Amino acid sequence: MQVPASFEYRRAQSVPDALALLERFGEDARVIAGGHSLLPMMKLRLARPEFLVDINDLHELDYLRQEGAELCIGALTRHRGLLESELVGRLFPIFHDAERVIADPPVRNRGTIGGSLCQADPAEDLSAVCTAVRAVAVVLGAGGRRSVPMADFYRGPYETDVGAGEMLGEIRVPILPDSGSAYQKVERKTGDWAIAACGAALSLADGRIASAGIGLAAVGVSAAGYRRAEQALVGREPSEEVFAEAGRLAAEDCEPVTDTRGTAAYKRHLAGELTERALRLAVERALRPAAAA
Amino acid sequence: MQVTINVNGEDHTADVEPRHLLVRFLRDDLGLTGTHWGCDTSNCGTCVVLLDGEPVKSCTMLAVMAAGHQVRTVEGLETADGLDPVQQGFIEQHGLQCGFCTPGMMLTARALLDRDPDPSEQQIREAISGQLCRCTGYLNIVRAVQWAAHHPAAAAAATAPSAGSTP
Repeated sequence: MQVPASFEYRRAQSVPDALALLERFGEDARVIAGGHSLLPMMKLRLARPEFLVDINDLHELDYLRQEGAELCIGALTRHRGLLESELVGRLFPIFHDAERVIADPPVRNRGTIGGSLCQADPAEDLSAVCTAVRAVAVVLGAGGRRSVPMADFYRGPYETDVGAGEMLGEIRVPILPDSGSAYQKVERKTGDWAIAACGAALSLADGRIASAGIGLAAVGVSAAGYRRAEQALVGREPSEEVFAEAGRLAAEDCEPVTDTRGTAAYKRHLAGELTERALRLAVERALRPAAAA
Repeated sequence: MQVTINVNGEDHTADVEPRHLLVRFLRDDLGLTGTHWGCDTSNCGTCVVLLDGEPVKSCTMLAVMAAGHQVRTVEGLETADGLDPVQQGFIEQHGLQCGFCTPGMMLTARALLDRDPDPSEQQIREAISGQLCRCTGYLNIVRAVQWAAHHPAAAAAATAPSAGSTP
């Protein structure tokens, strides 16, 4: 039987209460929401916090709403909430693509977007999604709130910009006109981590790609992100040749390693192919917004 | 720390360590061994219980996190009127062989039917996709859930002569 090491538990009553607890316990504290990443790691002693601050009662962090030209996602929003949201599906079908293949229904009933991003598992799907859609993380702390673009939020495997005494409060996603998005993932079996996955989001103007974002999961950390692939798209008319070029650059820039899910060469191949497929679908959706939801 | 958890309609108060998992609380402290414990890694789904009506994996939830919530286990499926239609469906359609996955499967089915009384086969398969069965190949489990959907009043009819009929 796997049991976590001993820790102290506090159930936060409000955001200020949670922040006060996190401030008091500092580096030894971890936030727990769904717990489906943290508890397995605690059972294996890969994580060993002295204090757990349970934020499941902070319903003020569980919301999905449009504010002007942004989609605002509360950090405590469950995977299921994202998957069942008509608003999310209409604005960013990439989230629905990803949520359908994240774990399984009972896990999605508990797991949260905030937990997924803060866990920062290199194979985690929503980090790639949020990177592709240029999401901004709103980090809460005693000193107020600060906004962190995904590129700066993710510091490396299992490391984020959220410091001691801080917590993720919200994810804000800019809504662009004539935009489309998609997520493509290859996995060994239903609900498994990705062998490789790619999220793509782009907007069109005058028949050309006006902006493009690409995020990959499970193929290593690319120091420069996928800027070369993105730059190969912007200003071009969408076409199979352009998608293939972006896919080739993404495959070159990723840094997969061989493990039980596949060889580095196979993952690199997938990275290119899935980038192409995600771009193709994202453009289709941008051209036919009604079919996106 | 002291927690009070409502399990199958009854409040249970106990002094537990924060690291105590919900599945252990149900099995060891309350003796409700119908909730099975399998992989311990939130993969197999045999430990599924309903938390406020929705399926969750009780091996990956702390008992203290369930405090103040309603937990329903397989022991809470049967009512004074008899078996839940889902339970009857598993009997009628031979929805189990070894029975290890069955409690979680039945609770998931109950939650599904509470939301959607007439789910499609695809919806049933998706709903149970977080749970592993190594005996049935899932076909009879799907049929069992469909039987329950078609016999919503099965509990009342369980003693009637026609109870054994299939849809």
